[in-house]
Amino acid sequence: MSLMRNLFVAALTILPLPAVAAVEIQEVTSPGGITAWLVEEPSIPFVAFDIRFKGGANLDDPGKRGATNLMMGLLEEGAADRDARAFAEATEDLAARFGFDTYNDSVGVQVEVLTENRDEALRLLRDALIEPRFDQSAIDRVRDQVLAGIEADARDPQEIASTTMSALAFPDHPYGTALEGTRETVSSLTRDDLMAAHAAALTKDRMYIGVTGDISAADLGPLLDTLLGDLPEVGAPEVPTATYALDGGVTVTDFPSPQSVVLFGHEGIMRDDPDFFPAFVMNHILGGSGFASKLMSEVREDRGLTYGIGSYLVPREYGAQYLGQFSSSNDKTAEAVQIVRDIWADVATNGVDSEKLDDAKTYLTGAYPLRFDGNGQIAGILAGMQVQGLGIDYIATRNDKVMAVTAEDIQRVAARVLQPENLHFVVVGQPEGLATGGL
Amino acid sequence: MRLAPLAAVLSLLTAPVLAQTGDDTVTTFTLPNGMDAVVIEDHRAPVVVHMVWYNVGSADEPAGKSGIAHFLEHLMFKGTDELEPGEFSEIVAAQGGTDNAFTSRDYTGYFQRVAADRLGLMMKLEADRMRDLVLDSEDMLTERDVVLEERAQRTDSNPGAIFGEQRNALQYLNHPYGVPIIGWKHEVEKLTLQDALDFYGRFYAPNNATLVVAGDVDPAEVEAMALEHYGALEPTPGLEARERPSEPPQVVPRRATYTDERVSNPYVIRTYLAPERDAGDQETAAALTMLAQLLGGSSQTSLMGRTLEQEEGTALYTSAFYSGTAYDDTTFGVIVMPTPDRTLEQAEADMDRMIETLLTEGIDTAQLERIKGQVRAAEIYGRDSLQGRARTYGVAVTSGLTVEDVQEWPAILEAVTEEDILTAAREVFDMNRSVTGYLARPAASEEVTQ
Repeated sequence: MSLMRNLFVAALTILPLPAVAAVEIQEVTSPGGITAWLVEEPSIPFVAFDIRFKGGANLDDPGKRGATNLMMGLLEEGAADRDARAFAEATEDLAARFGFDTYNDSVGVQVEVLTENRDEALRLLRDALIEPRFDQSAIDRVRDQVLAGIEADARDPQEIASTTMSALAFPDHPYGTALEGTRETVSSLTRDDLMAAHAAALTKDRMYIGVTGDISAADLGPLLDTLLGDLPEVGAPEVPTATYALDGGVTVTDFPSPQSVVLFGHEGIMRDDPDFFPAFVMNHILGGSGFASKLMSEVREDRGLTYGIGSYLVPREYGAQYLGQFSSSNDKTAEAVQIVRDIWADVATNGVDSEKLDDAKTYLTGAYPLRFDGNGQIAGILAGMQVQGLGIDYIATRNDKVMAVTAEDIQRVAARVLQPENLHFVVVGQPEGLATGGL
Repeated sequence: MRLAPLAAVLSLLTAPVLAQTGDDTVTTFTLPNGMDAVVIEDHRAPVVVHMVWYNVGSADEPAGKSGIAHFLEHLMFKGTDELEPGEFSEIVAAQGGTDNAFTSRDYTGYFQRVAADRLGLMMKLEADRMRDLVLDSEDMLTERDVVLEERAQRTDSNPGAIFGEQRNALQYLNHPYGVPIIGWKHEVEKLTLQDALDFYGRFYAPNNATLVVAGDVDPAEVEAMALEHYGALEPTPGLEARERPSEPPQVVPRRATYTDERVSNPYVIRTYLAPERDAGDQETAAALTMLAQLLGGSSQTSLMGRTLEQEEGTALYTSAFYSGTAYDDTTFGVIVMPTPDRTLEQAEADMDRMIETLLTEGIDTAQLERIKGQVRAAEIYGRDSLQGRARTYGVAVTSGLTVEDVQEWPAILEAVTEEDILTAAREVFDMNRSVTGYLARPAASEEVTQ
């Protein structure tokens, strides 16, 4: 034991937990009745918006898979009296930044606009959201880009693994197919399909808004009405619950590569489950970010079998997965798979030692305030909290929920959530000594 | 703030070297042992980013030891005379912080992101491993396997990356920029503990490092803390300016075609050897930066995007790219990914036609103004990212630029004229400085088997 290490230990025990960032959230309701959460941050002259609409690509009709994704890709390709080029020139002239994203459970719009031309930039965005043109020339061009992406995914081992896992896990739900659609479905989409997808996806009753930056609550209210007031109120019907259909085993997909991509998992736990926090903390210890997790330390640090390995809870609106992944040389993949199975079984039976639990709590509570360090970042957190149905005081109480997790909680959720016998490994590559079949 | 009283005393004992810069949130100082520092103030959140940048990268490796700079970066987490392997990251994590490192051609950097009142501890840790790394040969062998897996994942599994490595080697016949940062596989497999220690002992020293601290800090306190933690470290004597082997005159255009069944969307890519930003001399680089934006920045409004993607519908994707921040000559690149009904030869002809159009028809004035507006806006948006600002300074100073060069850069971009851009374009678009590559799919594709 060296002097310096003792000093480090002393430092650790003396320093208190970092203060939670003073994030003051205001709930703003516009004259027209649109609600947004706002954090005012006037020090840099721009404002970030994060607008999300629940529904997303889950709303695609099976024969028109990819409609929502293509529709979102077309919003900035011409709107109101501007064609694609005029719209792009106007956006660039204002140096506004618009991003349009499609997920299975939602679609999202991320925006950064300068204070100096804020109202003008948001009027432009309003046109994109409410009056997109869907010109045939733009449809054809963006469709070709989507098809090229589908082509690329078909040759990307990561994407093949992900698509394979989803199809096996949720054969009867939109989660089971890629939200980009297939060559056939995307090729068949018409302008009417895109208009229908637009009417279904962007509706006021499923909308959640986070705003952060150089804007006051008084200024934001009327702007919300200008930006979003003309959207329709009622959207497409609800989506059915996704039934998880995969048992333990191995599925190998041949792919010419020196490494195999391995995606593994089983059914997970929903975000509103009372055990979610203990499960979240347990996963951090098992396979969370950084170098300290059990998977990282045993598979990478001790054995050099991979460059990186991690696991994550994937709670979605209609079903949950518990997933993990790594890549490993073909001659090492079988060994790495075995180690993951052993770790899974070990934690399910024995839980984790209490020192690891304390370390995880310190990290998770200390890292949380560090997330709030940028306008776009904070706007995203605000929107995400609303989508998840969390209270406006959640930020102040979140670390208490982490600290409240006990060793008994971990033991209990490990036994409940980890299902070693149901762990399924999707392997894309040419792994030695691994073949499709049971565990 | 346990350290503050001691820090205050120390700063009284040294000459005040804190220097204001052109940006009132940025100050600099230099420690007596030669370690430079840049402090960026941002008091919006109680967060700090602490970085140490070494003036050494893959282009400084001894011949035959490719990958040693990056391998050493991995080994820096393997313990010191004071810390067990992995303990560095454990301590950072126990503070709620995150840490990592990166290696490039011209620099190697280490960083932590933590609550602002943890800065002193981060400095203590980083100073400890600057001079006192202790390596064990078994850890070294395991970590070498990790690096080989990293190479397999990033390069060998990716046809675009394999091809990029080959094209780069063609571009630089003699200069070490032709060697991949992660190293050639056959050389990485043979790297030894001694190779790492030799490289470490020479290059990891305060007089070869720059400290960058960004966040909720007071510059005078940062200086005092830096003096306490880094001030006692011994410099490496006799470290000269970096002199790498230079390129011989290129007298023929170079070409390569790489065919791989994993290629989904073939493309043609051409790079031209191009000057980089030099201290006090950034005008040509600024003109090339604007040229890249005009030719292939926005997919809607740039010359290639507007013509090939929008009007003619012959390309799925086009781009022109140039990054002037490098120690030695860099490249200007152009890429055209044609629609599936077009050949790579046609795509190359389109590329040539676009370059010719720009040279003969001149600059679109409205587009240049649009780009300049976006440059101004990028300065505002960029202030939102602590890590981004810290990185900008770190990359610049390890690429031979000064803090003043970084701060003058936006004004230099703003001052670029149409004539400057055309002059730079005529100079850079010289086939005798070029490498043209086709990334292709095997002729018999799966359509045949259906």
